[in-house]
Formats: sequence, C-alpha cells, structure tokens
Amino acid sequence: MHMPDLLPNEEYKVSLEVFEGPLDLLLYLIKKDEVDIYDIPIGRITTQYMEYLELMKILNLEIAGDFIVMAATLMVIKSRLLLPDEARGPVEEDDEDDPRWDLVRQLVEYKKFKDAAGFLEHLEAVQENVFLREGEHVELGARPEIGMQDVSIFDLISALNQALDRVPKEELNEIFAEQYTVSEKVDYLLEATKNGKPLTLGRLFRGMRSRHEIVCTFLAVLELIKLNRLAARQDNHFEEIVIEQVAGGEPEPVLQEEETV
Amino acid sequence: MSDLEVLPELKEIIGALLFAAKKPLTAKEIRKALLDAGASYGGPYQEFSEFKDDDILAAIEDLKTGLVQSGSGLCIAEVAHGFRLQNKISCGPWVRTLLDKDRTARLSKPALETLAIIAYRQPILRSEIESVRGVAVDQVLRNLVEMQLVKVTGRSELPGRPWLFGTTQRFLEHFGLRSLEEMPGMEELKRMVPVEKAERTKPFPEMEKELEQREEQAVTEESDESGEAEEAD
Repeated sequence: MHMPDLLPNEEYKVSLEVFEGPLDLLLYLIKKDEVDIYDIPIGRITTQYMEYLELMKILNLEIAGDFIVMAATLMVIKSRLLLPDEARGPVEEDDEDDPRWDLVRQLVEYKKFKDAAGFLEHLEAVQENVFLREGEHVELGARPEIGMQDVSIFDLISALNQALDRVPKEELNEIFAEQYTVSEKVDYLLEATKNGKPLTLGRLFRGMRSRHEIVCTFLAVLELIKLNRLAARQDNHFEEIVIEQVAGGEPEPVLQEEETV
Repeated sequence: MSDLEVLPELKEIIGALLFAAKKPLTAKEIRKALLDAGASYGGPYQEFSEFKDDDILAAIEDLKTGLVQSGSGLCIAEVAHGFRLQNKISCGPWVRTLLDKDRTARLSKPALETLAIIAYRQPILRSEIESVRGVAVDQVLRNLVEMQLVKVTGRSELPGRPWLFGTTQRFLEHFGLRSLEEMPGMEELKRMVPVEKAERTKPFPEMEKELEQREEQAVTEESDESGEAEEAD
C-alpha cells in the first residue's frame, strides 16, 4: 500500500532519526490509550502501530529499519499469544512465559531513562540562568536543536491522521490534477506565522479538501521544524498542537523555492 | 615580600579564589593554592598552609551563608565535585540581557535520552545504548562527543574491540550536577546490567596482552580519524 504518488517528488525525505524511535511510538500509543504497560493489549496496539507506520510511509518518511523490526516483533508476539500455552514452544530462560514480557521489560526500562532525560531537561533549563564571572555560560556551541520539546512526532502524525480522515477517500483520483508543492507550503507557513502569530494545526488543515495538499503542508511543517524555523508546542498531552516561528530564526528563508510547478 | 597589614580570613581567600577561578574548584585545589602561596610568599602567608580540607569546607559553608544573608545576588553552587561562584538563579534574566546573550540552544530529546543512558550505565557500548533506545544513535552520539558532554573512555574486550563511552566533567557542569550520584534512581538504573557486561572478561590474558600492545599502535593512528573505528563491530 505504498503511495508514493501522493508526493510531488522524492527529494522530501525526512529522516526520523532527529525525532523518535519505535519504542517512543509504543509508549505514545500506550499513554494515549491509557492501557497498563504490564498488560498491553497486543492486538490493538499492533493495529495502531501499523496504522502509524502506514502513515509514515505515505509521508515518505525515511522509516528506520528499527520501526520495521519492531513491527515484526509485535506480529510474533501477537501470533504467539494466539497459540495455546503448550504450543508456544520452548519457554525462555525466565519463568515468565508471557510472550510480551521481553517487550514490556524493554519498555519499562526505556521509560525510566526517558524520565531521567526529563530530569536532565529540567536541570538544563535551570542552568540557562546561571552565569559565571566573565559571563561564562556553560555553552555548547550553538547547535540548533529542533523546537519540539513538548510535542512528539507522533502527536504531529496523529494530527495529520485526523485531517486526512476528514477528507473523503475518493478525492484521491483528483490528486493528479492538483499541484501542490512542499516549498510553496513552506512559504505559505512562514507567511501565516509571521510576527510571532501562533497557528494551530487544526486551523491550518481546516478548509483543505485535498489529501495531497494536506500531506504537502504537513511535510512543510516538518521541514521547518527541522530547520528550526518553526516550533511546535502542545500545552497538554493530546491537545491541539500550536506552531509558531522560532524567535531569532534566520531572517531570510533558507529554503528558496526551486520549482513551483 | 609583602607588608601585609591585616591578614585576610580563610573564607575571604576562598571567596577570592572562587571569584577568579574559571572552573569549579575542589577543596583539594584550594588547599594546593594555599600551600603553594605559602611556599612562594613565605612569612605570614604560610599560616594558611596548615588548613585541612575540613577547614576549607567549613569556610565555604560560612561563605555560602554569608552570600545568601547579605543578599549579594551571588551564590556558591556545588558542581562537578567542586564549588562554583555564580549568580543567584532568579537574577539570570537580567544578566542575560546585560550580556546580550540569546537563549542557549537546548539539547534535543534523543540527545538527552542518550546522555541519560550513558550517565547511568557508563562505561557503555554504542550497541548497548541502541538496545535501550531501540534506534540507531550514531549521529546523536557523535554530536554529544563533539559537544564534549560524552567521551570515549576505553575499548571493550568484545570482538572488534568497540569503544566504550562515558560522561565528562563538562556534562556535570552543563547540568549543574555535583556528581553522578545526584541523578535520580542511580542505584536502581545502574543495577539493571546488560548481559554482555558480565561476559566482558579476558579468556586468554596472555594473548590479549600481546594483541593489545600490537593494537596500541594501530589505535593511535586510527583515533585521528575519530569515530570511524567503532563501526568495526
């Protein structure tokens, strides 16, 4: 079900490495559904996981192999759960014979490190206000980091999903007639968020009737976030996502439109 | 060489040292400064050579309270195993404005996570970090090394002798941590040791030694080209 035709060209491949990995997606789904991490409904989570993967494919996001590996792992667990106990084959060294156990352990462990990362994030924010004599600030050479402190890539994809759901599928045929480009949408976004005007993703997608247009717009948002021109924030988990321009971003767009078809 | 009228107090000297230092000072470093000054200036300066670490620590405490009570806008923080004179945190915005500094670029989530894993589990292999995070960390790790928050601490005995990574002094300074023990749940997270670590022994010590020596030369050449060698596993 690959749908490369939705995209204007191949050059807009966004790598996910700067964003998040498969474990983050699983934790995201678990949190979103408020399910118990020790008793994951594998069937439901697997279905949702595959949906997100499918969306990422539509976006032509360069899906890391790790996402595929995790998909396979989920499938294996799902199928093993379907088997009666004795047919599950050799039980792993642990006395735990729940096929989900390894994954649960990995998730729980990872979650702890994520929390520790949150602790560091907090400390870093405090240290921003610490100066030494000579105005020495514990600086790290200005490496621009993407403005997604409070939003995960999956929140963004989830917003995209909602927007796509609104648009009737049959319009897929019209895609070839319409021509939208990511660079055109980049310009549009910069204009729409000028002078620090915040924009919600919901409002951004409202009124768009074409899946192609939505996808192009979405990719433009991702691109601008990666370039550190836009920041995305979400005041509460699973609430509306707001995008706004990063203060002190470059005065002129880095992205010059090369082609406006 | 001097015609010192009134000797300063120990805490005044320490305050001056902290003021002038470019990095956090440990009690040991302060004691060394006292000793060296005593030796080179002689006379009454030698009086301060007698002080022990405990005296120094007590004087720092004294100094700390003094700074707070007098409302000086300064404070002494314990960072990276030492002491650092810095502004009161709530005064930060004005200092920032005066210095005309932009907000510092903060670290991304993947970078923070990778750092957290390294902080708890060091020395750690790249592959071990990846198995916790479930994604490749090549680029993130490279950036962290470049920012001097992480360094190569050695090589593992595993085939291919991959690099081991650990956090730096700068890591503690950046986050204002006194020591790694200040990370929450250090005992618990440290204990979940991956299996590979237990196997990191030398089965053939003699042969290992020889190989090590032979590799030493190769390594020094290799390391100029930075991280490339870690791909070897």
